[in-house]
Amino acid sequence: MTPKNQDEYRARQKSRALVMAILLGVFAVLMFAITIAKIKAGMDG
Amino acid sequence: MATAPHPLPLPAEWRDFLALTKPRVMTLVVFTGLCGMLAAPVRVDPVIGFTAILCIALGAGAAGALNQWYEADIDAAMKRTAKRPLPDGRMDRQSALHFGVGLSAFSVLLMGLAVNLAAAAILTVSILFYVLVYTVWLKRRTPQNIVIGGAAGAFPPLIGWAAATGNVALLPVLLFATVFLWTPPHFWALALFVRTDYANAGVPMLPVVAGERVTRRQIGLYTIPMAVVAVAPWPLGLTGPVYGIASLALNAVFGVLALRVATRTTGADDAMLPEKRLFRFSLFYLALLFAAVVVDRWLA
Repeated sequence: MTPKNQDEYRARQKSRALVMAILLGVFAVLMFAITIAKIKAGMDG
Repeated sequence: MATAPHPLPLPAEWRDFLALTKPRVMTLVVFTGLCGMLAAPVRVDPVIGFTAILCIALGAGAAGALNQWYEADIDAAMKRTAKRPLPDGRMDRQSALHFGVGLSAFSVLLMGLAVNLAAAAILTVSILFYVLVYTVWLKRRTPQNIVIGGAAGAFPPLIGWAAATGNVALLPVLLFATVFLWTPPHFWALALFVRTDYANAGVPMLPVVAGERVTRRQIGLYTIPMAVVAVAPWPLGLTGPVYGIASLALNAVFGVLALRVATRTTGADDAMLPEKRLFRFSLFYLALLFAAVVVDRWLA
């Protein structure tokens, strides 16, 4: 692999990892919100 | 013995994974699913409602990814789809398969755990129907591919309603039937003006197999039950006059445009303007019809 290809390879890996990290963060927040909603529904019901 | 270094293929970009989910198709799926949920006579917690719509979007995206994984050869042969990540060589097939299967499982599990089992079950059926029945079984075999396969795109309002209520009723079934019967005239209008593309790819779309005249007649014929089913919720007392009047007006315009396409004969270099007009209006028609169900429910 040429240095140029290697740079491109790393740049793509980095952008994919960043998107994955953001999605995992969003998922964690969503799970928290779902838990609160379920607890609230349980208390109301 | 020394060997020449083997170049590693570049990993696909995240944008290619997004493209695999067919975001434009997903827009309509999300909209009809949301309308199905908002038309239900039950108030849904906003977080649970958002999760349900997210699951519908992810499930549709997963089905789209699996469709592109299976149809990479067809996509490569068609101008409209040749720039998709797989035929363009920006992604390997295995990544697309893993992404599609993973996203399918994730969407169904999240729907089942966070929303309810009925919605998760219908979501599962819709993904399997689109991938196995439409993509794998029908698409390459019969010109009836989009008639039966149209059911796959008709599930979202049922899923949305089931997410809100936990069951299925007559109104979402009629909304399902409307999308189901809308699909043939919608796709055949498209197939009339991209016929060469389908013929090159060997997809037995109706204009390719049976010819233009039969396709035009079928567009006209399918419009009749579609209009009947679309208007039906009003006389059946499932919706009020807002939906009734909106659906009558929309079906009248659809009927006129479809009749124009059904009765036309074309020459060699025809610009296919009435067909393009019907195709564009059919998208507008579905969006407005579903919006009318929701507005009608809110005003009731």
